[in-house]
Amino acid sequence: MSGEWTKLWQLFWTFFKISPVTFGGGFAMIPLIEREIVEKRKWLDNDDVTEVFALSQSVPGAVAINSASFIGHRVGGVRGALAAMFGVSLPTFIIVLALGISYFFIHGNPKLEAAFVSIRITIVAIIVYAAIQTARTAIFDKTTFLIMLAGVLVLFFIHPVVAIALGAIAGVISIFLKRKLGYDVQLKHDKAKDSANNPDYFMGAGI
Amino acid sequence: MVLWELFHTFFMLGFVSFGGGYAMIPLIETAATKYGWMTTEQLTNMVAIAGMSPGPIAANSAILVGYSAAGVAGALTSAVAILLPAILLVILVASFFMKLHHHPIVEAMFYGLKPLVTSLIIFAAIKFAQSNGLANFDFTFHSISLLLIFGLSLFALMKLRWNPVYVIIISGLVGIALYS
Repeated sequence: MSGEWTKLWQLFWTFFKISPVTFGGGFAMIPLIEREIVEKRKWLDNDDVTEVFALSQSVPGAVAINSASFIGHRVGGVRGALAAMFGVSLPTFIIVLALGISYFFIHGNPKLEAAFVSIRITIVAIIVYAAIQTARTAIFDKTTFLIMLAGVLVLFFIHPVVAIALGAIAGVISIFLKRKLGYDVQLKHDKAKDSANNPDYFMGAGI
Repeated sequence: MVLWELFHTFFMLGFVSFGGGYAMIPLIETAATKYGWMTTEQLTNMVAIAGMSPGPIAANSAILVGYSAAGVAGALTSAVAILLPAILLVILVASFFMKLHHHPIVEAMFYGLKPLVTSLIIFAAIKFAQSNGLANFDFTFHSISLLLIFGLSLFALMKLRWNPVYVIIISGLVGIALYS
């Protein structure tokens, strides 16, 4: 076994072990990444971890998977990224599939159906909670509030993908106009500057 | 062909999955009702199971919707489809644009994207509230109990800061006590 393969296996196995803690979103991984990746393996330092989590949010996809892939890439290139991605995805794939298969197996059971009447309502509450958590960093001035409000209204009429594209365009145009008109431009919520240092902000947001 | 429908739905979703998680529910719901994979109520059950498992909500929901529509092959197809864009973009960004999130245009895009992600999550909440009977104000025992479950769940999450997984499990026990 060459050193390269050992490293790929270490990446896979490290993220395989961390992955099952990612209940409620990838930010739950941060303390474990600091222990496993920073202290034990010494692949990165703490500042790198903060940077990786900030970068992970600017690429579509889940924070857990993106940050694992970024760290994998830093340590072992493209193959490292793939090894880390498989490591972080495999355990949760198996767990969610096992739960799904069990659900369909006992599907139709009156007790299970009764439980899910209540659970479905709790899911609505969890989604409302996620919206509040996300709004805390996303909505911090009149423009962001208006984009959010307009977004909810247009979603009743247009495809979500189109709405996402329009949201990004609205952001670029409003920042451009604000600069043109000489307004003070604040791009982020102050407290959100180090969102990776404040994982609490995103706990429950499911990202 | 179900597998192809699953693949292209979740592959596309993978490219726009900003803010991940619950923001992707409206997209999954649009496709699920369009292709007849499941009703919005059934999708709520899938999101509940996704929320009880570790891992990202969007990917977990995709895996469950895929399993429900086409078995284990469907689950695998959906998982690969949703992961592929992310890994491609991560490799691209890691190789060429490590400072991507500091670029002014990208920052301006996220100035608009983040509130829109919030809109998507609010929209998901409205859709799920409607299709699960939470918006029926007919003052029967059933609709009042649903409103109470909603209020108590939100209280447990926001004020008591309980882990969502425990809230789901306790809610399930309450459901068995009340409705079976």
